[in-house]
Amino acid sequence: MVSTMTVRRIMGLETEFGISVPGDPLANPMFLSGQVVSVYAAAHGIRSNQSSWDYAFEDPLQDARGWHVDRDTADPSQLTDIEDPTLANVVLPNGARYYVDHAHPEYSSPEVTVPRAAVRWDRAGDAIALESVRLLASRPGQAPVNLYKNNADGKGQSYGTHENYLMPRRTPFPDIVRHLIPFFVTRQVVCGAGRVGLGVDSRVPGFQVSQRADFFETEVGLETTLKRPIINTRDEPHAVADRYRRLHVIIGDANLLDVATLLKMGTTSLVLGMIEDGHLTSDWSIRRPVAALQAVSHDPTLKTTVELVDGRSMTALDVQWMYLEAARSWLDARADDPVPSATEEVMRYWEDVLNRLGGDVMSAAGLVDWVTKLQLLNGYRQRDGLEWDDHRLAAIDIQWADVRPEKGLLHRLRDRGRTVDLVTPAEVRAAQATPPEDTRAWFRGNCVRRFTPQVFSASWDSVVFDVPGRPNLQRVPILEPERGTRAQVGDLLDQSDDVESLLRALATPE
Amino acid sequence: MPGQEHARPQRRDEEPPEAPEPPPAAPSGAAVKEGLEDDIDSVLDEIDGVLESNAEEFVRGFVQKGGQ
Repeated sequence: MVSTMTVRRIMGLETEFGISVPGDPLANPMFLSGQVVSVYAAAHGIRSNQSSWDYAFEDPLQDARGWHVDRDTADPSQLTDIEDPTLANVVLPNGARYYVDHAHPEYSSPEVTVPRAAVRWDRAGDAIALESVRLLASRPGQAPVNLYKNNADGKGQSYGTHENYLMPRRTPFPDIVRHLIPFFVTRQVVCGAGRVGLGVDSRVPGFQVSQRADFFETEVGLETTLKRPIINTRDEPHAVADRYRRLHVIIGDANLLDVATLLKMGTTSLVLGMIEDGHLTSDWSIRRPVAALQAVSHDPTLKTTVELVDGRSMTALDVQWMYLEAARSWLDARADDPVPSATEEVMRYWEDVLNRLGGDVMSAAGLVDWVTKLQLLNGYRQRDGLEWDDHRLAAIDIQWADVRPEKGLLHRLRDRGRTVDLVTPAEVRAAQATPPEDTRAWFRGNCVRRFTPQVFSASWDSVVFDVPGRPNLQRVPILEPERGTRAQVGDLLDQSDDVESLLRALATPE
Repeated sequence: MPGQEHARPQRRDEEPPEAPEPPPAAPSGAAVKEGLEDDIDSVLDEIDGVLESNAEEFVRGFVQKGGQ
């Protein structure tokens, strides 16, 4: 039985990084993205010139522990290596996926269970992007490649930062749609990253709360690159499909500030928990939600109101307060929250940020990305008398998200102590190399770390070994996201000197 | 049995919040310094030093292919 989840749930974040070569706007982004991924993989002893991502679908589990060693019929020799760097696609020792998606390098974090861990492994992805850029820069004759953690180029293109949340399959999808849309229309005031320019190609001068709002055209749908929907219906659980769905959220911005990431993941998880539990009964549906999403984004004073189907007019902050108060009453009635301090951290920051935004908006600087960015832009506008159509403001918006600490403007503010940080540099470094302990990412990442030469491929729900002396590939399904934790397989991994003994141990019933 | 008691959400209407700092239960991370106004000049001076020198060209050169 899958219990209702609170702030604790299997979750993860995917980031498509903007990529550019200074002075060469025509550089091939697919090739460059392949270089970014390959150089990092090579530096860590991971082969990327092979089909190292396992796309095969899995069988149901049999073993009591969820382990079941499968014999693939394919002979390794039949599967030719792929030399095309644009297909670079690897699993990292921290359990993440690092690959080329369309024309961007993408870091998909390992599965975590609490928002603070989501922050930590997201920041690890930023560090991986930085190391990739540094490695490329150190290659003789290599043109410099820069990466940007943002979502729009100001010319009409957007690329995503997606969230994933595991949900019990039994929760009716119409309930998810009805209760999530008002939340997603308004949560940007807390976790928007801010953008210079209005409209998809920024043709109207100004500043808006969200990077992504202008790129959304519909309420519900399957697309992610065209006619983007507020609620994405991609249903690919990467887990036991009759128990879980993976809610794939495409409306979020790339955040650089820890509190914004914490709140994005934490408050969304809480709202999902309330939906799963049937706690949200009132209909807070917003009329014309796509237009409302953009109207909220286009007003950094946060005075704009949206109209609910029940006739009320409310600001985005009002709507967020309704969700927060519902979450408080829901939590007060529960005694089964497995992570009360993590939940309280999210609730406390949520309340604090809403109060700041409702008073002096600028008091949320250091906590909320768009406010922090706007404060800096306003500093320039006042000192130098710049209008919103000045190129310098657009340049600041882009350079804000440069992953290099010496160039990225958020990094400069962080180094000056102007941000509230929830994770330390040491924690980020550790998360770059090691997986979270409490999900299957532990097994996946440690297999890659320990047995790199024998890991033929891997994916969210499998690790495939090419074992010397065995004619067939050996696939280990990991379909249960909470199996394969350190507590469950740490000793087993530690005691396995090689893949052969690992496979033997996995095949042995407890 | 009810869960542990929590303070009701406190919405402070029309009341300017305190100077930015982490909420009480926040871990001891970097505290946000006083408002930007206090050292705006030095912040801008530092950022002047790292900004791309030709803003117009830099902006024009930042061209992305669409993603998800």
